[in-house]
Amino acid sequence: MKGLAAMADDRQSRQRARNRALLAVLLGLVALFYVMALVKMGAF
Amino acid sequence: MSDLSTSPAVGVAAELPAVGDYVALLKPRVMSLVVFTGFVGLYLAPGHLHPVLAAIAVMCIAVGAGAAGAINMWYDRDIDAVMRRTQGRPLPAGRMAPGEALGFGCVLAVASVLVMGLGVNWAAAALLALTIAFYVFVYTVWLKRRTPQNIVIGGAAGAFPPVVGWAAVTGDVGLPALLLFALIFFWTPPHFWALSLYRCGDYARAGVPMLPVVAGARETKKQMLTYTLLLWPLALAPALIGVAGALYFAVALILSALFTLAAIRVWFDAGDRAARQMFGFSILYLFLLFAFLVIDRAPGVAGVVG
Repeated sequence: MKGLAAMADDRQSRQRARNRALLAVLLGLVALFYVMALVKMGAF
Repeated sequence: MSDLSTSPAVGVAAELPAVGDYVALLKPRVMSLVVFTGFVGLYLAPGHLHPVLAAIAVMCIAVGAGAAGAINMWYDRDIDAVMRRTQGRPLPAGRMAPGEALGFGCVLAVASVLVMGLGVNWAAAALLALTIAFYVFVYTVWLKRRTPQNIVIGGAAGAFPPVVGWAAVTGDVGLPALLLFALIFFWTPPHFWALSLYRCGDYARAGVPMLPVVAGARETKKQMLTYTLLLWPLALAPALIGVAGALYFAVALILSALFTLAAIRVWFDAGDRAARQMFGFSILYLFLLFAFLVIDRAPGVAGVVG
């Protein structure tokens, strides 16, 4: 069985990965709306 | 939902879900075929769509399909827990709380429809919303546990993506888009029944009235063969109405013959082997048909073959 410390580490690393994924999604959405606006305005 | 939903294994998550669990909720393998058929609808549509907006449209179709898959996994977590094929999914395995999956699916569903509407057009967004709603409410909630015709009618959900792709370019629904819809619609029953033939025990245990469970293998095999025959004119029609050329026609002819042959082999096979092979081939069949619709339209190919 995993020790308590190892479980806490595992939980922390999963939380960190989730936070990073969420940040990437949010940044992606910002970029998406920015590009979409540019295309709609006929910038390129 | 059945009493199985009270099972502790599917109630709360024992640990924090990993990023991969969220990806698994989106049913990436189903999503890949949905994305591809959606792209083909978009590619075949007359008119022009900016490549960035086209990419956004395809992404919205993918995310919308994934969202519907996540909500489906939330609703079906009780039966997923008793089926061997689905026991390892994040909810029945206890790696994620049901509410998280539902929230994730709903947020993605709303986001995909909104982005499609704002970025592409509202006709495509409305069709995408209809696709998600059909999969969740008509197939998952209403039909799946009630009738052996579940995947026949529910198959419409999987058939919508090329129509959404088409509408993303044209803003409406044309005859070729409806033809692609019909092709996937009539392909779905033999595809799923091939799977349910060799997973019959799983479905019976879960109380899902798939055709082999309710009517038996013989009747299922007969209906599978019927559907493969019905698919012939639909597979050939794109060439007959001018959407595709001679190359597509030849490929569709060969694929239709092979698909029917696969159904005949299932009819004569007392075991699982032919059904497993037909399930695998059914995916290849649809993929190749749609791929050749694109290849046939590619610059250079139409002139050489047609």
